[in-house]
Amino acid sequence: MRAMQRIAATAVISLCAMHGAGLSATAQIKIGSVLSVTGPASFLGDPEKKTLEMYVDAINAKGGVNGQKLQLIIYDDVGNANSARTFATRLVEEDKVDVMVGGSTTGSTLAMMPVFEDAHIPFISLAGAVQIIEPVRKWVFKTPHTDTMACEKIFADLKHRNLTNIALISGTGGFGKSMSAECHKVASKSGIKIVIEETYGPRDSDMTPQLTKLKNTPGVQAVVNPGFGQGPAIVTRNYRQLGINLPFYQSHGVCSKEYIKLAGEAAEGVRLPCAALLIADKLPATDPQKPVVVAYSEAYQKKTGQAVSTFGGHAYDGLMIVTEAIKRAGSVDKAKVRDEIEKTKGYVGTGGIVNMSPTDHLGLDLSAFHMLEIKKADWTLVPGT
Amino acid sequence: MAELLQFVSSGLTVGAIYALVALGFTLIYNACDVINFAQGEFVMLGGMTTVFLSMAGVPLPLAALIAVLATTAIGIVLHRFAIEPARGASPVVLIMITIGASVFLRGMAQIVFDKRFHSLPPLFGSKPIHIGGAAILPQSFVVLAGGVVIVMLLWLFVERTLLGKAVIATAANRLAARLVGIDTRRIVEFSFAVSAAIGAVAGVLVTPITLTSYDAGTLLALKGFAAAMLGGIGSPFGAVVGGLIIGLIEALSAGYLSSSYKDAIAFLIILIVLVAMPHGLFGRAKVERV
Repeated sequence: MRAMQRIAATAVISLCAMHGAGLSATAQIKIGSVLSVTGPASFLGDPEKKTLEMYVDAINAKGGVNGQKLQLIIYDDVGNANSARTFATRLVEEDKVDVMVGGSTTGSTLAMMPVFEDAHIPFISLAGAVQIIEPVRKWVFKTPHTDTMACEKIFADLKHRNLTNIALISGTGGFGKSMSAECHKVASKSGIKIVIEETYGPRDSDMTPQLTKLKNTPGVQAVVNPGFGQGPAIVTRNYRQLGINLPFYQSHGVCSKEYIKLAGEAAEGVRLPCAALLIADKLPATDPQKPVVVAYSEAYQKKTGQAVSTFGGHAYDGLMIVTEAIKRAGSVDKAKVRDEIEKTKGYVGTGGIVNMSPTDHLGLDLSAFHMLEIKKADWTLVPGT
Repeated sequence: MAELLQFVSSGLTVGAIYALVALGFTLIYNACDVINFAQGEFVMLGGMTTVFLSMAGVPLPLAALIAVLATTAIGIVLHRFAIEPARGASPVVLIMITIGASVFLRGMAQIVFDKRFHSLPPLFGSKPIHIGGAAILPQSFVVLAGGVVIVMLLWLFVERTLLGKAVIATAANRLAARLVGIDTRRIVEFSFAVSAAIGAVAGVLVTPITLTSYDAGTLLALKGFAAAMLGGIGSPFGAVVGGLIIGLIEALSAGYLSSSYKDAIAFLIILIVLVAMPHGLFGRAKVERV
């Protein structure tokens, strides 16, 4: 027994030594991430995690950044903002990360922001709401289009079709609430009138009462559904079930094949604003985003066997912006990296062309969105958008 | 009128799901005074197993049958390895065990299946049937009919078979049932099996409408439990009526009052009923002879 104990002790000590040796070889650049890999927002966090892992490996295989390898630390918040905050604290205090790319949902991002701001660590969020960058916070950036932009893009398309009186049916989750509020704010500026609004809970299974109310409200010319997860799929099915023929718009929260699969035939004719990534092969050859999105789509599909999603694309953009900033800063000094992130200009990503500034921590304009229409269970580009 | 009909059909469909979950709660409670919070997971397992088997190429009817049998087996395993060994413990401990089982089943579902949302094709297509101006999915009728059939089968079973009588006897007084030679352990295991089967069938019927995912069971268990309490815990008829009432209240509040507060309104009404009638609508007050 004593011999066994000695062998065990030796094994443990040598493992520790090897582990220690590995660490002290070259200091790695620590990238922290808190994503909703499982739970109701899993179709956001899962592609994000796969993308970050894929590209950190690819960058490390090419020698890393500034001669240092990247170390990716990912925690799963299961779509729960409280867990996200706990993990954020762990990333800052225990893992001592240099930079943070994560926060799949608006709720988790808002919960984590104070932690990274207090610790002076640059935080690139992967969530949708505009409150993340408005008002501009020194250490917080984001890559996905804002819900304000989505509203504006949808309203522009509505005006183009001479539709001005609309109904909203929104999810009560963080994203749905935020986008609904933004749509109200930009409505009058865009010449749109929101006649009636209904809501549904994130786990509701039947929205026919709400849609019946919308259907029976006189003067409604189109319906917009801010929300994500299973809600929009059920709303879409109910919409067809009730035989509502009005134009139906979804938000960029459902720019994924999952939505088409779940909504089935009901998704035919639905319009939604999405990033170029979704129609990579249908983009004209002159589009500057085409090489980036095609390369990312092919790599993602090859590695995971799944169709590409815009949410994974946001993670890709976040990682690339951060690594480019670290290269330009020439070090992992957090303040210098932050300054370089803010100076990102002309970065062609999956979400659009990014030009950040001290007053704009997103860097995208409306051209980063394309209005898509679902035809025969596939995306098609609405011409002229 | 068309509007009311639409709300009522929506409420009855959702209510039928709650009713079936509540029925599962009641059966197990009657047999052994345990509130089985894993009931929602039985519904989830029925739906998810069918989805994954049919994705693997098994024809849909066979996949549904296997899913129901597998869930029944899980119900039996739950009883044999989690509840039965702790049979001497207080009901609170047993409830905690079922909550633990529910978390375990949810975790296993994440690993064995996946974390995404899934659907099943409806039995009779998705072209809505128009009645009085309301558009009702054929699958809603399937769910309601399924509920009626299950309740009828249970009633027949309990009235016409000896095993059914044994179940009633165990529910009435466990000690007396044992004294007349009924093996109450087997009766309890049987009620777990039947509850699991009912849950699984409900899951299969309802997934074409509500979609399913590994954590679909949580909210269902909560609403089903509330339905069982509203109807009077221990009364199968009460469970069904409780479920339908909660479904109707939700749909009517969403339609006529406010969609944001429909859950709050439903639970508020439950609170009021329980304050006025602590044993629920059809529950009987427990009488003890001194």
